[in-house]
Amino acid sequence: MKAFTYQRADTAAQAAAGAARSGAKIIAGGTNLLDLMKLQVETPTQLIDINRLPFDRIEDMPDGGLRIGATVRNSDLAADPRVRQHYGVLSRALLAGASAQLRNKATTGGNLLQRTRCSYFYDVTKPCNKRDPGSGCSALGGFNRMHAILGASDQCIATHPSDMAVAMRVLDARVETVDAAGKARVIPIADFHRLPEKTPHIETALKAGEIITAVTLPPPPQGVQVYRKIRDRASYAFALVSVAAVVEVSGGRIRAARLAFGGLAHKPWRVAVAEEKLAGATVGGAAFDAAASAVLHSARGYGSNDFKIPLARRSLHAVLGEATRA
Amino acid sequence: MMDENDETDSVTRLRLPALQISRRAMLEAASATTALLFGNAPRLALGAGLTDGDAPAAVDVTLQVNGGSHALSLDPRTTLLDALREHLALTGSKKGCDHGQCGACTVLLDGRRINSCLTLAVMHDGQAITTIEGLAAGENLHPLQAAFVEHDGFQCGYCTSGQICSGVGMLNEARAGMASYVTPDLTVAQPELTDAEIRERMSGNICRCAAYPNIVAALKEAAGKQTAGAPI
Repeated sequence: MKAFTYQRADTAAQAAAGAARSGAKIIAGGTNLLDLMKLQVETPTQLIDINRLPFDRIEDMPDGGLRIGATVRNSDLAADPRVRQHYGVLSRALLAGASAQLRNKATTGGNLLQRTRCSYFYDVTKPCNKRDPGSGCSALGGFNRMHAILGASDQCIATHPSDMAVAMRVLDARVETVDAAGKARVIPIADFHRLPEKTPHIETALKAGEIITAVTLPPPPQGVQVYRKIRDRASYAFALVSVAAVVEVSGGRIRAARLAFGGLAHKPWRVAVAEEKLAGATVGGAAFDAAASAVLHSARGYGSNDFKIPLARRSLHAVLGEATRA
Repeated sequence: MMDENDETDSVTRLRLPALQISRRAMLEAASATTALLFGNAPRLALGAGLTDGDAPAAVDVTLQVNGGSHALSLDPRTTLLDALREHLALTGSKKGCDHGQCGACTVLLDGRRINSCLTLAVMHDGQAITTIEGLAAGENLHPLQAAFVEHDGFQCGYCTSGQICSGVGMLNEARAGMASYVTPDLTVAQPELTDAEIRERMSGNICRCAAYPNIVAALKEAAGKQTAGAPI
């Protein structure tokens, strides 16, 4: 690890002011940041520890939703009775991620900000536009089994590794932030993560010195909630494809459906047209196919990850089948 | 297991492991000297991963480990695992991958299992840390340690301290009713600890000898005793 100074923040404003300084990084769980620091992918000169800030609570909102503090641990969020009862897709997605040890450390805010697991991003001897802008993308012509099939660019085909964020996307979560001047902002999760385009090193809508304070969930949605993750091992592996779904069925017809995908793109992926094709449709393979085609019509593989296109289609079929089973 | 000369319940200020006079520290100092003779970096530098630049200002931290209080002055880069192993000579927690992938470094932080390799010691001032050395009560093994012996839950033993610390944390989580990815119904308050549940909940601990069936058996026995009322 490169040398850094360590400071514990006493207030959110102090943390944001510190984070605005060049070379400074916020540390909460640290499970991703320290991993990357050991490899010198991340080389902060200053760490600001926010673990003592009062961001570790899950609170009921007046509208029936939940407000999840930025440092609530993944394990605590997954285990919260309100989340297990009313936001099962989020609980299941969290439990699909990492290991129990990591979930006891990893936080809500940190999970949203975790970096891709692209092996070239991790290898400082290889070109990577995300780690070293302008150096090139090694994954484009390299080993790209884990990589994106949607929304990628000629600069970067990395995927976002989070399961939690996929569930939050399907639930229409909102990210609350504060900046060094104390100004608060709310960012819909749809706008929080960015596509790579020409600037894959800029991954979120956060500005310098802006820190996440909480994530809010709207009131629980109607319908059945499912999270399914397909990966190379039965447990403790990143998603090749994951699907989060909230589906409401009535009398053999789908009243409304929401779908979000992990493992396919640089951000949790959601396609409004696919959801529109399901709304009002008769439950069955034809409707599921139409939705899958709407999601995947612009998909392209890069060689090693071509299999993800049919895998995503079949995964969606399986999830919709499970969600609509009477 | 703790060396008889270790004083875990007294406050000590340690800057180098060799200052703690114990048989283990003497052996470690000897091995570090051997490494130097062969032209390798000293064990301390290797262990702490301190490879670049001038050392930043040391940070004072007091670690509460296995019931004892230890005031340390640490390079902020020191992971909790390195603080335990290299500064407190508690070498039961193992360094496997050093990236949170293998679980050999698992310890309990305020009763919850974590990877000690992926956190900084300075972040845990005042928090209660339990390592494998702190589980037994004197000569009496912790029930899960005894179950691992009974069921032969290891072969080479390198992952075992992590497996056992993780298992203790896992049984606490199960007792608290926490669900896992394979729990069929998340709304059930107390999911049954089936073999599939144990395997999923222990997936953060890798065993290259593949002693998994015996590890599951040991955990099942300990879980049964827990259900029967004995504290785990």
